[in-house]
Amino acid sequence: MITFMNNSDSEDEPCNERTSLMSAESPPVPSYQDGLQASETREAQTHRKRQTGSSRNPNNVADEDASNSDVRVRESALENEEEELTLKYGAKHVIMLFVPVTLCMIVVVATIKSVRFYTEKNGQLIYTPFSEDTPSVGQRLLNSVLNTIIMISVIVVMTVFLVVLYKYRCYKFIHGWLILSSFMLLFLFTYIYLGEVLKTYNVAMDYPTVILIIWNFGAVGMICIHWKGPLQLQQAYLIMISALMALVFIKYLPEWSAWVILGAISIYDLIAVLCPKGPLRMLVETAQERNEPIFPALIYSSAMIWTVGMAKPDTAAKGQSQQTWNADGGENHSSTSHSDSQILDTRSPAPSHPITLEEMEEEERGVKLGLGDFIFYSVLVGKAAATPSGDWNTTLACFVAILIGLCLTLLLLAVFKKALPALPISITFGLIFYFSTDNLVRPFMDTLASHQLYI
Amino acid sequence: MTLAVFFGCTFIAFGPAFSLFLFTIARDPLRIIILIAGAFFWLVSLLLSSLIWFIAVKASDPRDEPLQKGLLIFGVMFSVLLQEAFRFLYYKLLRKAIEGLVALSEDGCSPISIQQMAYVAGVGFGLMSGAFSMINLLADALGPGTVGIHGDSQLYFLTSAFMTMVLIFLHTFWGILFFHGCENRHWWEIVAVVVMHLAVSGSTFCNPLYVGSLVPSYVLMAIAAVWAYMLSGGSVQNLRRFLLCAQSGASPQPAS
Repeated sequence: MITFMNNSDSEDEPCNERTSLMSAESPPVPSYQDGLQASETREAQTHRKRQTGSSRNPNNVADEDASNSDVRVRESALENEEEELTLKYGAKHVIMLFVPVTLCMIVVVATIKSVRFYTEKNGQLIYTPFSEDTPSVGQRLLNSVLNTIIMISVIVVMTVFLVVLYKYRCYKFIHGWLILSSFMLLFLFTYIYLGEVLKTYNVAMDYPTVILIIWNFGAVGMICIHWKGPLQLQQAYLIMISALMALVFIKYLPEWSAWVILGAISIYDLIAVLCPKGPLRMLVETAQERNEPIFPALIYSSAMIWTVGMAKPDTAAKGQSQQTWNADGGENHSSTSHSDSQILDTRSPAPSHPITLEEMEEEERGVKLGLGDFIFYSVLVGKAAATPSGDWNTTLACFVAILIGLCLTLLLLAVFKKALPALPISITFGLIFYFSTDNLVRPFMDTLASHQLYI
Repeated sequence: MTLAVFFGCTFIAFGPAFSLFLFTIARDPLRIIILIAGAFFWLVSLLLSSLIWFIAVKASDPRDEPLQKGLLIFGVMFSVLLQEAFRFLYYKLLRKAIEGLVALSEDGCSPISIQQMAYVAGVGFGLMSGAFSMINLLADALGPGTVGIHGDSQLYFLTSAFMTMVLIFLHTFWGILFFHGCENRHWWEIVAVVVMHLAVSGSTFCNPLYVGSLVPSYVLMAIAAVWAYMLSGGSVQNLRRFLLCAQSGASPQPAS
C-alpha cells in the first residue's frame, strides 16, 4: 500500500479532471480545527474514466483509468480580513496560473504544428463509436451529438462510481487506480510521443537510449507526482502529462464531436459543481462530513513554497494518506501536487497534527487548478492550431480568449469565495472566438495582407 | 527566406515591444492582466468589424472589382473607428477597475495609476494588432519561396515588419494620448488620435509605394511620441538630465 505523503496523485492520462479553480490558502490560526475546515479549499473531484487509446488499436481501450475530478475552489473564510489583499493576491495568482496554462498550450500547439502524427486520423476511441465520414451534414451532426452523449454519459457514470467508492471508503482501490493511470501516462504515452517526434525530425535512436530516457523520465515523474519532489519539477510533470493527454484527445476525437464535447463538458462542469445534487458537490460534502481529506487527485497548485513550519515530521510521517503537508519538508507542496486533492484533504490534515498550525502560518496562498481544465483548454487551442487552413490568428485568438476566461473565473472566485468550475467561461469564449475568427476574421485579414493594408 | 528572414522580421517587428514588455510590464501581475485584457478588447473590435465587412462582401457582387475595393476601404476605416471606440470602452472599464482597486487597498490609493494603465493598454492593443498582422507572414517566411516572384515587391516581409513595429509604437502612444484626453476632457487629443489612426491606415493604401506609407507613419510616430512624453510629465530638462545621467534626475516615463 502506498501512503501518499504528498498529496499528489499522479494523474493518469485517463484521468481527467475537470477542476475548478481553487485557492489554497493557509487557514487562519485561531481554531485550527474549524479553521482547517473552513479555510481550506475544497476540491471535490470526481474521477472520470477516460479511455486511453493506443495508437495501434484505437478501438481497443487499453486501459481504463479515467478519473475526472471536478475540483471546486473555495476560498477560505480568511478572505474577509484579507480582503484588501484579495486583488493583489488575485493578480499574482492569476499570473501563477497563466504561466502553466500558457506553457501547456505552447507544448500542444508546437507539437500539433510540427508532428504530423497528431493530426492524422487513425481511427476513433470506442467512446465515440459513430463515424463522421458521412456524406450529409445532418447525419454528421447527428453522429457527433450521439458521440458526445455517449462520452458525457461515460464521464458521469465514472464520476458517480467514484463518489460511490468514496462513500464506501474504498480508498485503496482509488489510489491503486490512480497510480496505474499515471504509470501508463508517464511511460506509454511518453514513449509514443518520443517516437513520433523522433520520426518527424528523422533522428535515429537506439533502443537502449530510449529505454534509459523513458525509464528516467517516468520514474522521476512517478516519484515527483506521488511522493516528494521539487515544486517546479512537479509542476513541470503535471504540465507535460496534461499536454500528452490533450494530444491524445486531439488525435482520437473526430472533428465535430470534439467541439460538441467541449461545449457539453463545460455545461456538465457547471452543473456538477454548482448544483446541490451534483456529484462533485456530494463528494465534497461527504468528505466534509467525515472531516477527512478527499483523496488526492490531479491538481496543479501554484502555491508558493512555504519554508518553515514542518515542526513535527514524525507525526507527519505517520502516514495517513494525505498528509500532504506534513510529510514534506516543506519544499514541495504537497498540495501542489496533483493529488486529488480533494481539497479537504490537502488543506486539512487530520486534527492530530499540530504542525498544521505552524505550517499554515508559514504557508502562502496559492491557487489550484485541476488538470482536467488544463487538458480541455489545451484541446481547444490544439484543435484551433490543427485547422486545415493553418491560420495562426485563430490559435492566438483562442489563446487570449481562454486566458481572459480564466481571469474572469478567478475574479468571480474572489467575489463569491466558493468552489467554481473553471471550464465554462473559458471554453465558451474559446469556442466563440474559434468559430468567428476562423470564418469571419480570417478572410478579412487575408484580404488585408494581400494588399498590405494595415488597420 | 527561411530562418534568417524569419528571425530578422520577428525581431524588427516585435523586438522593441518585447523589450517594453520585459522591462516594464512583466514584473507586475496587474499590468500583465491589463495587457491581456487590452489585447482581448482589440480582438473583439476586430471581430465586429470583420463581421460587418463579411456581411457587406457577401451581400455584394464578388466580380465587381471597384466595389470590392471600395468595400475594403470601408472595412478598413470602419475597423479603425471601432478600435478607437473599444479603446474608449476599455478606458471606461479601467476607470471602474481603479475605483475597485482603491476600495480594496489598505491606504486608499490604487497600486497602479491611470497613466500606467494607459501605457499598458496601448501596448496591449499594439501587440495584438501587430501579432495579427505579422504572425501568418512569419509562418510563411519560414518556408521555402521567393518573395515577389510574380512581380510584387521584393521587400514585402521587411516592410511589413517595419510597419508592424511602427504600428505597435503608435498604439502605445495613442493609448497614452487617448486616456489623457478622456481623463482631462481634452477632446482634441481624442480627435487627434482618431485622425492619426485613420491617416496611418489610409497611408497603407499607397503600398507597395512604401515611401508613401512608411515615411508618414514614422513621422506621425515621432510626433505622437513627443506628445505622449510631454503629457506624461516629460520635458526637455528631464530628458537632458536623463541623458547626462545627472543625479536625482528622475526621468518621467509613461510607465514607472
